[in-house]
Amino acid sequence: MRIASLVTRITQQMRRDRRTLALFFLAPLLILTLMYFIFDTEASDLKIVVTGSDETIVKALKQADFQVTAAEEFSREKMIEKDTDGWLHVENGKMKLTLLNDEPTRAKAVQMQMMQGLQGNEKNTPSIEEKYVYGDANTKGFDTFSPMLVSFFVFFFVFLIAGIALLKERTSGTLERLLATPIKRYEIVAGYVIGYGLFALIQTIIVVLYAVNVLDIVLVGSIWLVLLTNILVALVALSLGTLLSSFATSEFQMVQFIPLVIVPQVFFTGIFPLDGMSDWLQKIGKVMPLYYASDAMNGIMYKGFTFNEVLLDLLILLAFAIVFITINIISLKKYRAL
Amino acid sequence: MKNAISIDGIAKGFQQKKVIQPLSLNIEKGGIFGLLGPSGCGKTTLIKMIVGLIKPDAGKVTVLDHEVPNEALLMDVGYMAQSDALYTELTGAENLEFFAKLYRFSKKERRERIQYAAEIVQLTNDLNVRVAHYSGGMKRRLSLAVALIQNPEILILDEPTVGIDPLLKQSIWEELERLRNEDEKTIIITTHVMGEAERCDKLAMLREGEIIAAGTPEALKTQFAAETLDDVFLRIGGGLK
Ligand SMILES: Nc1ncnc2c1ncn2[C@@H]1O[C@H](COP(=O)(O)OP(=O)(O)OP(=O)(O)O)[C@@H](O)[C@H]1O
Ligand SMILES: [Mg+2]
Repeated sequence: MRIASLVTRITQQMRRDRRTLALFFLAPLLILTLMYFIFDTEASDLKIVVTGSDETIVKALKQADFQVTAAEEFSREKMIEKDTDGWLHVENGKMKLTLLNDEPTRAKAVQMQMMQGLQGNEKNTPSIEEKYVYGDANTKGFDTFSPMLVSFFVFFFVFLIAGIALLKERTSGTLERLLATPIKRYEIVAGYVIGYGLFALIQTIIVVLYAVNVLDIVLVGSIWLVLLTNILVALVALSLGTLLSSFATSEFQMVQFIPLVIVPQVFFTGIFPLDGMSDWLQKIGKVMPLYYASDAMNGIMYKGFTFNEVLLDLLILLAFAIVFITINIISLKKYRAL
Repeated sequence: MKNAISIDGIAKGFQQKKVIQPLSLNIEKGGIFGLLGPSGCGKTTLIKMIVGLIKPDAGKVTVLDHEVPNEALLMDVGYMAQSDALYTELTGAENLEFFAKLYRFSKKERRERIQYAAEIVQLTNDLNVRVAHYSGGMKRRLSLAVALIQNPEILILDEPTVGIDPLLKQSIWEELERLRNEDEKTIIITTHVMGEAERCDKLAMLREGEIIAAGTPEALKTQFAAETLDDVFLRIGGGLK
């Protein structure tokens, strides 16, 4: 019941703080939408140049909605100069496709459209050798890293809001006052976990539903698994945020944890390809909760992984949460030995 | 059990500075006990050690025959901190309700206790206003109401009447005296107002973490050959032995 009263109080406080509430629920949607438009610009007006080929291929590609130009010769330099999305070179029946790949989504669109266009022309699927001007085949598009964005928002906002809430309790003396009542230390931590966990859950539901239904982001796996993953993410963020808040003396100092704790984690979430990183750098990623969160989220939303396939990630997240929560309960001893 | 609180050689230092010298003190059951002393002499620190919010470096505190810290004691001690510890986003009623719930009262008891506590501090009509919109004195009164909420045996009030107007101060003191007389509560209070010190049954004067004088207001005046408590205070503060 003491836990329930703490949860009620947190809910009341959050409801009164309309701005924080709006930030918590709407800011993720805003950022997600922005990123959607930035990364997923409608792949229209794809310009390609064909060299060494006959009319049939050019015709087929024109039908496939490309802006096709046939040329005698072409080069990578000219691709960059003329902002050409793709250059298809046919020689002795072999096809070589060079992709500009300045935007991964456009490159992917060229590949897809070309496959479809050429398929109608010949019986068997044409084999095309692919080259890239920028990046490589692993450069990722919005679909592949939007799942991790969902977890990132949960982590970011829960970390900040719960951390600042506990900080405020410390500085305003209410935490001390709370500890002069018979409440147990674990009850305080549990109240926080449940109170902010509820808000994180609502946030996740809103963000996921918006991403899937409005922005059309792929969700191959189960939405329940997505929610479960993000509840764990919220637990980790909350317990880490409240823990670090004891090292801050003001809200501004809490904000200073963003470049220290949150930004580095983003580098290991899959926006940047991990395979190319040196070993020691990859090892650093392994101590970061968001690494496992994105791995699980990417698996569930993009690759359709099942519970068993992401179980390890989830267990590691749970372990992070348990460790941080325990340290939280112990660290409250500073205020009251009981 | 004659003593509600007995303090046995406790000491406390922050970093290098010794804030409470080893000191011992017994506080009788059923009375108003006043702690006086210049700003920074360690009154709040001493009080927090009694409540169990600060662990003494040495010595022990016994409250109602239990050594602090003790879980059962938290039920019996009502504490009002020197700075208001309230949730400003919540209304007065919600603050009281929250703390009342922590003491596990039933819904009916909660309503009664909230009504009682609010009446004493005369906040009944402002209970549905958010604390953020309270005046300084109103916040002080709400803090006092929170300390009263669980009807504790012992009330520990750190400068409870700062910022409260004389009329209200008078009625709060009348209630404190009623609690002492009718319910035999033990009340410990810190104050800088000598008029209030005069109304205490016993006083202790603290300077630099040491008790330099203790007794009834009358006894102190006699001891220091002073007309008023103000004079006593000035002599002690001035360093006279
Ligand atoms: N957490 C702390 N860390 C370091 N020093 C502290 C701490 N708390 C109190 N002090 C120091 O201990 C001394 C006594 O403080 P305390 O708050 O007990 O004084 P006080 O008698 O209540 O004063 P006032 O009448 O102004 O409220 C002060 O010198 C203060 O600087
Ligand atoms: Mg004080």
